[in-house]
Amino acid sequence: MISAHLPVLQVVVPLVAAPLIVLLRRGLVGYVLAMAASAFVAGSALSLLADVWHGGVISYAIGNWPPPWGIEYRIDAANAFVLALLGVIAVVVAAYARRSVAAEVPAEQHYLFYAMYCLCLAGLVGITVTGDAFNVFVFLEISSLSSYVLIAFGRDRRALLASYQYLILGTIGATFIVIGVGLLYMMTGTLNIADMAARIGAVEARRPVLAALAFLTVGISLKAALFPLHLWLPGAYAFAPSAVSAFLAATATKVSLYVLLRFYFTVFGATFVFDALPMGGVLIALSVAAMFVASATAVFQADFKKLLAYSSLGQIGYITLGIGFASKAGLTGGVVHLFNHAVTKGALFMLAGAVALRLGSVRLDRMDGLAKAMPLTCAGIVLGGLSLIGVPGTAGFVTKWYLVLAALEAGSWTLAFVPVASSLLAVAYVWRFVEVAYFRPPSAEVARLSEAPPGLLLPAGALLVAVVYFGIDPSLTVGAAARAADALLAGIR
Amino acid sequence: MRNYLVLRVVAKIMIPFMLLYALYVQFHGDYGPGGGFQAGVIIAAAIIFYAIVFGLATARRVVPDWLVETCLAAGVLIYAGVGLVGILLGGNFLDYFVLDRDPVAGQHRGIFWVEAGVCVTVAGVMLKIFYMFAGRRREDDDA
Amino acid sequence: MSAFGHFSYWITMFLLAAGLYIVIARGHLVKKLVGLSIFQTSVYLLYIAPGKLVGGTAPIISDKFTVYSNPLPHVLILTAIVVGIATLALGLALVVRIREAYGSAEEDEILAQDERAARDARAT
Repeated sequence: MISAHLPVLQVVVPLVAAPLIVLLRRGLVGYVLAMAASAFVAGSALSLLADVWHGGVISYAIGNWPPPWGIEYRIDAANAFVLALLGVIAVVVAAYARRSVAAEVPAEQHYLFYAMYCLCLAGLVGITVTGDAFNVFVFLEISSLSSYVLIAFGRDRRALLASYQYLILGTIGATFIVIGVGLLYMMTGTLNIADMAARIGAVEARRPVLAALAFLTVGISLKAALFPLHLWLPGAYAFAPSAVSAFLAATATKVSLYVLLRFYFTVFGATFVFDALPMGGVLIALSVAAMFVASATAVFQADFKKLLAYSSLGQIGYITLGIGFASKAGLTGGVVHLFNHAVTKGALFMLAGAVALRLGSVRLDRMDGLAKAMPLTCAGIVLGGLSLIGVPGTAGFVTKWYLVLAALEAGSWTLAFVPVASSLLAVAYVWRFVEVAYFRPPSAEVARLSEAPPGLLLPAGALLVAVVYFGIDPSLTVGAAARAADALLAGIR
Repeated sequence: MRNYLVLRVVAKIMIPFMLLYALYVQFHGDYGPGGGFQAGVIIAAAIIFYAIVFGLATARRVVPDWLVETCLAAGVLIYAGVGLVGILLGGNFLDYFVLDRDPVAGQHRGIFWVEAGVCVTVAGVMLKIFYMFAGRRREDDDA
Repeated sequence: MSAFGHFSYWITMFLLAAGLYIVIARGHLVKKLVGLSIFQTSVYLLYIAPGKLVGGTAPIISDKFTVYSNPLPHVLILTAIVVGIATLALGLALVVRIREAYGSAEEDEILAQDERAARDARAT
């Protein structure tokens, strides 16, 4: 009986966990409930992914009102993939949060932290499963509002300012998305995404539809921190508590990119967006700019978490580059990078949090000789860095392989060269850490440090195992991504 | 503002009617404009009015912080609980048709409890926001 | 239809642009939030206006009427208004805490303080 209701339950369980945590007001209870909710999401997401693996769509009518009148939750290969990613990351981050939050958040606020974590997860899962365009906005705001609070939990006062800036830009982005959805609603008379896709053909070339596409593109790009709309991201990731940085870096922008995919491919249709309009060229140009400008900025950061944040912006460029090709290989590369980058950057932010716990700072100039004091942490960061560069045997390589394939398929040698060239910049910023941590004598401050506790290392290690495993045998991730690409390219029409 | 006799008397007369009006808006929501959100705001407004006239400390004795936090969490649980009951009775989430043998009566029953949950949460949230902002200035004054 | 026939869209566009302008041009954090609220208000109008049918009445079924306004935009915007309130409350709460931490709610003063702190950190 339960399995038929999984699409809605995985939103409801974390959504109910949050007020329960507030009612019970205990940090430990909060942790247990947050962990249980995350585990539930992970389990149901994997089971749903298995259900839609061979094609097919699961549709769930909320309140038994048949779509397109009621709100429909609709799961196909594309969002099942994102759901599985969300579930896995949520469990790992929840495991990491216990030790990390105890160190970074005052004890009397722990229950609020876990309540917000559950709300944020519920919002992200909601965005992913819903088949209703306005519902996307509602869940987007649930996850955004809770993530502003989560960022403001950071100890540094700059976290408050970062959270405020994210709130302003995030709200502008979300409002743009509502405007886009509103214009689509006016033109098609429906809010159900599948129904919208079926009706949009008749009004496709009308100006409100073009305006809707523009508003949606700008709004979603703001939420996804697509260059040049990324200004909120570095501060938000750098000053948030470590667990929050890891969680948001691995999930929030990815879910926004999924929304972009959904609107481009399912609602508007690939032929309209990429053939009739030059969106492919725009996306590719912005992606290339993101890869080079953001990665180059990362090289010059003094703060390691900021370095990782700027690197994230460059990596988002890989995903949008894949989307911009609008071919099967490109989409496979882009979608698989949602996962590859999430596990890589999640692990890196977790390890940065481990450094912050012991050293009290993540400034690179204070990490002299860190590898002697914290060998496991540093080895993990190097491994994650290799995946950012895209060394064969790591997950990052798989992405680049597909992106280069897609570029060659599109007949462009220049674009095939781009991911390779931007890897050189990744080498530069990863090398900055290696040089400081491995080739400098430990300072007196660093020499006193001991290795990070297993409560932080094990979750990060689990993600790194995934990085290596899916780098060597990518059949599972690439298989799922290829199915997601098929589902997106098939569209509704 | 405790010293203004007129305000105190007017407040004492008006607040019961404000609360009553909130209940009217709540229950009339089935037949006309109204509903849980508006009712919750009116309840919160009545208590905020009380707090402005008689002072925050007095209001906190009448509606303590723990009650406010319980309200804002309990309302969401009532709402979600209605949804889950729908599943337990063999329907979908938030399925009101199965809440009664007569589907129309089921719709009635479902929306009644959902609106009750909304009212409790909204009143709780509005009061929580007010308490947080009003209480913070007080700490500043003490310091 | 004449340009005036679309007057609700003109108001929408004005509110949208005015709100965004305030967010960008004002340095005070509270004023930015005011601008953000105006910006969001424009969307409420954008949704509500097409829901109204000329001559339509409230969508409560009755034998006396045949034309009803579309209630769905109102429901959607009720949700959006709630979201707007939550955003505003959270934004104001953040401003209160920023002011406590920095002693100012002017963006340029706060950024100058951060700059100074960063320079001090480099110097040590």
